[in-house]
Amino acid sequence: MQRFVIVRVLHAVIALFAVSIIVFALARISGDPLDTLLDIDATEEDFARVSAYWGLDQPLHLQYLRYLGNIFTGNFGESIRWQGRSALELLMERVPATLELAFLSLLISAMLALPIGVLVAVKKDTGIDYLGKLFALLGQSIPSFWLGLILMWVFAVQLGLLPTSGRGSIFPNVEAGSFKHLILPAITLGWFQVAALMRLIRSSMLEVLDTEYVKLARIKGIPEWKVVWKHCLRNAMIAPLTYFGLILGGLMTGSVVTETVFTWPGVGLLAIDALRARDFQVVQSVVVFFAAIYILSNLIVDVLYAYLDPRIRYTH
Amino acid sequence: MANLIIPKRNAFYGLPVLGGFFAISRRYPFVAIFILLVFLVIPAIFANQIAQYNPRVGKLSERLIPPAWSEGETVEGIEVRKPGTWAHPLGTDKQGRDVLTRVIYGARVSLVVAVISIILAGCVGTTLGLMAGFFGGNLDHLIMRLVDVCISIPAILLALVLSIALGPSFQTVIIVIVAIFWSRYARLIRGETLAIKNQDYIARAKVAGASNSRIIARHIFPNVVNTIVVLATLEVGQVILLEASLSFLGAGLSRPTPAWGLMVAEGRELLITAWWVAFFPGLGILLAVMSMNLLGDWLRDKLDPKLRNV
Repeated sequence: MQRFVIVRVLHAVIALFAVSIIVFALARISGDPLDTLLDIDATEEDFARVSAYWGLDQPLHLQYLRYLGNIFTGNFGESIRWQGRSALELLMERVPATLELAFLSLLISAMLALPIGVLVAVKKDTGIDYLGKLFALLGQSIPSFWLGLILMWVFAVQLGLLPTSGRGSIFPNVEAGSFKHLILPAITLGWFQVAALMRLIRSSMLEVLDTEYVKLARIKGIPEWKVVWKHCLRNAMIAPLTYFGLILGGLMTGSVVTETVFTWPGVGLLAIDALRARDFQVVQSVVVFFAAIYILSNLIVDVLYAYLDPRIRYTH
Repeated sequence: MANLIIPKRNAFYGLPVLGGFFAISRRYPFVAIFILLVFLVIPAIFANQIAQYNPRVGKLSERLIPPAWSEGETVEGIEVRKPGTWAHPLGTDKQGRDVLTRVIYGARVSLVVAVISIILAGCVGTTLGLMAGFFGGNLDHLIMRLVDVCISIPAILLALVLSIALGPSFQTVIIVIVAIFWSRYARLIRGETLAIKNQDYIARAKVAGASNSRIIARHIFPNVVNTIVVLATLEVGQVILLEASLSFLGAGLSRPTPAWGLMVAEGRELLITAWWVAFFPGLGILLAVMSMNLLGDWLRDKLDPKLRNV
């Protein structure tokens, strides 16, 4: 177990380094930073002075180390689009909104996927199962930005029930009713996950339903609902659990799209706004932030999985 | 015996139509292939012949005409919405371009991006996977670490950085997709190669004096072709979705390319007044991806049941 954890942590560190190298390399490809730092009428001397100040006259590997040091201390540089503000500051300001959205959509997808997945597994090869399959197929085929627009059109434009865009809050200190802002974005973000998670729960439930200990539980005369929800579900939850790491990644990727559709002022929208203004510092801070979360959550899931299922520790 | 213990549930055989649809599309993929042909392949190939208008340039006098079946709307004598005409069956967009024409050309754009990037990713991934599996050792370690890294970077993030560094363009989209998708082939093919490597016929080929490259090309590769085909088919849908998302975000193809994702993005601003501009391109994405997924599922069951969990 110890060895497994150490290896996994090492992998995560390598992945983080790779991300930083990619971002650094692309930052240099995208153009000489001096061009953005200095005015058009800057002299040769200005260039020399500024490049010495930022360490741009040093060899590339030293520049990279310096850059790495900056990232570790949370220094992502100044924003170009939002003058006078640091990229980190902008990022931190937006994090709560994204977390709120991700949390609610995770809740929605888990609460929908679990009962549907179990039901579909128990009613295998019946109408309900086919409905579930259709649902899963749709879930994996609908582009989320389009789904968001359709929901917006139906519930906001036509029925006028919910607001089209902007942010409310689930926290009580914000005025009541603003919770409505969250509903459509959360459904849009969670939709894809529901379908994927449901399929996973179904297949893992089917496997468990076929085991000897479930047959024994039935022979003992335990009521069917108890067999399904207690004996089976607990054992069937291990596989979907690992999927949560992937879901987190999907939620972050999805949040970029969903926030753009609903103008939700989160990290994803920040990245897109910065992208349109070609504000590299801000885009870079978002990418490093998301990648770090993604890699760390995968690490945690891997370790958790190995802890829950001893077979994993030895095969890897 | 098992049947006695677990009573088969016959109670719920509702929705026979739906069940029939799935049974048919699984056993005979005609349904999927039909949708695919009608909505993706034929429009993509014959876009010039089918579409009547220019997908990039429109007539400003014909702006925002609704689909043919919708009626015009007048409020207090002022026309707020023109009536639809059959000259533009799905209406026109903000610049007076025919939506149907753009949706048809959009199929071509999506298909070209998907085919090119999947072929490239497949070549890179298969080659590296074969090498990693066959030679093993440090090369294997190196390639597998690379795979781990590529899998752990969410596609959209890579696309954001790349498109700001290189500018959003056709090449950028292809690079992003290849950079993400090659790793899946590499991992899968490596696993297959490891299993095949220890078969008797490989040992005999070695004894007969075949070179490493001959063994890989003649004895291992033919055995993994099915896997590659299935994986590629299953991924076309995902690639179309990814490309559309990137274009929607402004990190993929750029205007005025008739890409589905871009069209939805343009329609987003017009949602309240002109729903059709965003609706039909999105429907195109949905149908193309869905039929590709159905086809992929069928191929997988047919050719390579091992891939159930991919």
